[in-house]
Amino acid sequence: MKKITKPAELEELRKIIIDRRDPDKPSVAVCCGTGCLASGALEVVSSFEKILKEKNIDADLDTRITGCHGFCEQGPLMVIKPGNIFYCKVNQHDVEEIVEKTIMRGEIIERLLYVNPVTGEKIVREDEIPFYKKQYRLIFAYNGKLVPTEIDDYIELGGYSALRKVLEGISPAQVVAEVKASGLRGRGGGGFPTGIKWESCYNATDSPKYLICNADEGDPGCFQDGYLLEGNPHSVIEGMVIGAYAVGSKQGYIYVRNEYPLAIKNFGIAVEQARAYGLLGENIMGSGLSFDIRINKGGGAFVCGESSALIASIEGNVGEPRDKHTHATERGLWNKPTVLNNVKTWANIPIILNNGAEWFSRIGTETSKGTMIFSLTGKVNNTGLVEVPMGISLRDLVIDIGGGVPQGKKIKAVQTGGPSGGCIPEHLLDLPVDYEKLTEAGSMMGSGGMIVLDESSCMVDVAKYFLAFTQDESCGSCFSCREGITRMLEITDHITRGQSSLAELDLLQELAEVVKDASMCGLGQTCGNPVLSTIRYFEDEYRAHILEKKCPAGVCRELISFRIDQELCNGCRACLKKCPEEAIQGEKKESHNILQDLCTKCGICLETCKYDAVIKE
Amino acid sequence: MVNFTLNGLEVSVEKGTTLLEAADFYGIEIPTLCHDKGLSPYGACRLCLVEIGTPGRSRLVSSCTYQAREGLNVRTHSERVIKARKLLIEMYVALCPSSKVIQCLASKYHVTKVRFSPKHEDCILCGLCVRMCDEQMQAKAISFVNRGGRRLVSTPFAKKSEDCRLCGACIYICPACQTRCQGPQEENILCNACLNLEPPCLEKFEDVMCYMDPCVACELNTDKKPNK
Amino acid sequence: MGLRTNPKACYRSYMKVDLTKIDQIINQIIDKYKDDEDVPYISILQDINDEYRYLPEEALYRVSQKMEVSMSHLYSLATFYKCFSLVPKGEHEIQVCMGTACHVRGASRILEKVTRDLQVKPGKTSENGKFSLETVNCVGACAQGPLVVFDGKYVGKLTLNKIEKMLGGNHEKDNKTS
Repeated sequence: MKKITKPAELEELRKIIIDRRDPDKPSVAVCCGTGCLASGALEVVSSFEKILKEKNIDADLDTRITGCHGFCEQGPLMVIKPGNIFYCKVNQHDVEEIVEKTIMRGEIIERLLYVNPVTGEKIVREDEIPFYKKQYRLIFAYNGKLVPTEIDDYIELGGYSALRKVLEGISPAQVVAEVKASGLRGRGGGGFPTGIKWESCYNATDSPKYLICNADEGDPGCFQDGYLLEGNPHSVIEGMVIGAYAVGSKQGYIYVRNEYPLAIKNFGIAVEQARAYGLLGENIMGSGLSFDIRINKGGGAFVCGESSALIASIEGNVGEPRDKHTHATERGLWNKPTVLNNVKTWANIPIILNNGAEWFSRIGTETSKGTMIFSLTGKVNNTGLVEVPMGISLRDLVIDIGGGVPQGKKIKAVQTGGPSGGCIPEHLLDLPVDYEKLTEAGSMMGSGGMIVLDESSCMVDVAKYFLAFTQDESCGSCFSCREGITRMLEITDHITRGQSSLAELDLLQELAEVVKDASMCGLGQTCGNPVLSTIRYFEDEYRAHILEKKCPAGVCRELISFRIDQELCNGCRACLKKCPEEAIQGEKKESHNILQDLCTKCGICLETCKYDAVIKE
Repeated sequence: MVNFTLNGLEVSVEKGTTLLEAADFYGIEIPTLCHDKGLSPYGACRLCLVEIGTPGRSRLVSSCTYQAREGLNVRTHSERVIKARKLLIEMYVALCPSSKVIQCLASKYHVTKVRFSPKHEDCILCGLCVRMCDEQMQAKAISFVNRGGRRLVSTPFAKKSEDCRLCGACIYICPACQTRCQGPQEENILCNACLNLEPPCLEKFEDVMCYMDPCVACELNTDKKPNK
Repeated sequence: MGLRTNPKACYRSYMKVDLTKIDQIINQIIDKYKDDEDVPYISILQDINDEYRYLPEEALYRVSQKMEVSMSHLYSLATFYKCFSLVPKGEHEIQVCMGTACHVRGASRILEKVTRDLQVKPGKTSENGKFSLETVNCVGACAQGPLVVFDGKYVGKLTLNKIEKMLGGNHEKDNKTS
């Protein structure tokens, strides 16, 4: 690879890449994001390669291993060109048929098409699927289109042109002003205006200055940062190089979660390739700008997503947050000025520079500009990554894009913001999604996790789950956070066992407020939100646990029981064999019953019974 | 010099002074369990919380780590501070009822009930011993181990440490294993033997004002609640 | 480096740590970072952890001597971060995802089932050294929830019966090979 020595050479390189490629060549883009890998995408790819070789046509077809397309629920999925045919839930045994029919003869295999669950109609093209239709893909636009390990793919699609534009004659101050004017806010949770952060680092007199990309995406049920890194790593690198030019930094760090091996791998490859083209490293595009990125693997600690804890971790210490009375932009990493932004924030930068701040600020609401990627998960039909403009209503997100709740159950709440956020009840679904509105409702934007809860989810159990999570993940230095969470968990545990009182519920609420008030870092200051928001909107559920000793959703184990309906049971002995506690009695072909003293309520009988004879109460 | 407001008084301190030091200088007592003048501030016990900012847009910070800034409005005994501090002391008593230091705090800050089940721990993880061993004794024999709810202070692998010189400084500085409190009974973990009457100010003001002479709260008409 | 490809060999051979080999490995790892201005203790420990699949006490001790860092600092790092283990891992590593999406789809019952069937508690290794069980807070494959990661392979959309089959299969396989 030849290094680019002038910004103008990038365009020449792009032309060469485009000329080298045949736009009409058939290709199959197989999604190999972590989600699809989990459902067997690699097997699909390897059987593609095998069959193409067997038929001796492997030169006529590009098998492209792309990043996540977003529609994880339907994985493994692929898009076949020409025709943009979208196949979903493909397994390795379908591959031969796909090659023979679709690729060689252009026939469409009906069985592999996506079926609209509402109308029952089969959909051929990806962009016609309702899940994609309502989305507005900016940062995620190229994720399923390019091969993340090929820098040429990114350049072909216009990558690094924002960097070129900047280096060709926009001053650092103008770049900062542009980002500020765009109204972009931090996508990691807090929503701090990115431009103001940059400006303050730009004005800092100390040097050297550092940039950090926060990819320690710890929120459970949240995976867009990892998928963005594995699917389009160069967009993040480009954003960081522009940032380095703007604030005057020579060294950047990316702190990636250790649980994302593919993201670490793909980002590492991307860094190498960018260096080889002279887009990273010494004298970038011959402009005199030098900037490099080092990859730090996270240690598996949620609290390291907090900026000061992350900095402590890069410095080689335990991830204990520090009191942030001076901003990181003045004294951050190694006590030097530091800009720390989330993956999605960095990926927004090239888009803003390419299209202009004015264009960007037209997207979204008054205070929240641009788009946001959400991980739509939980009790929802279309699990996956969705990118929507800020200000879209929760209802549009969950019902229209997400396809509602499976099995015709009723939606109860939407949990946003991970362990720092809260639950928004069904009657507030028309709430527009932006930073302020979510905070007013007692939740927060967070990193973009969105977990749908239906009537079979117990809200006390959800609160308890998050407390158990934060108890485990708190660094433990603040007494209020460490002991406060432990005590809150103790109380919620009492409640889920039906051993609590209304006085204890008041204490729980008081505790949650005090812990929020008294703790040092973001983790402690928000860990009360799941408790407070569930008490605020679902107090009756708490009261049912406390007063009636009942779990309305049938989740809390101590408050439910299993029994066998004598009419429906035909004595097949299936449940009896499965029961780990030998708590089920009964002769063959006679109805069984459950010995309540021995039953641990594991639920395996309920799952095993084919005759719906096991009843949960 | 930095000028700011401390409980309504205009004060000035040298640049770099923490709020805790400033309050100490002006004779205002702020309780703390993890602070020692010879060690670096850590901000872990959260008892030294003070309220900064104007009401409505204020927040709580630990005064031992927060440096005074020009024009800051600091309240060390506001209602919000007292509410948080009392609940924290309540949790401290439940965690470690045998500590005299903690029992005395409870009496001083009028904590008269404990709603949590007692744990009878010996350590409150204030980190004084860890910093003492590191910063003053230069031994670095002990450190925090694990995280979150499982955190504790230990030597590596919980074995006898080669770095430890048995100087005893860690024991000297520990607030939890100092003189044991003889007061608490089995059925009531609170001692409260040295309980003082809580000043009635909070019923009328957002701040405790009893350090003022004469006491404004006591002289005021009970019907008027000027700040509330 | 053969450890990861042949987990079975590593468990037995590294139960007793070869001291001269440790020196070699640690020198290599420390050398790798010698150009860095700062000392990335965490990266060094991660490399050692990758090598041995846990952090042997002797290795920590060598690092502390070579890099002149206190043992207590290394120990607090090794216990703070979840990616480190201070005890040897079993032949098979099972991670049960406890992310929110998996939780609402019943991950706690899956964890309970694994715990009971393999007789191993989360964070521990079974007595016969065959299985190490960990919980993980989301692996980012929420569409497949509830799921476990079995020796690096994702097994999704689990039910209690499906997990029983999966574990049962592995039990048998082990019995045949051993």
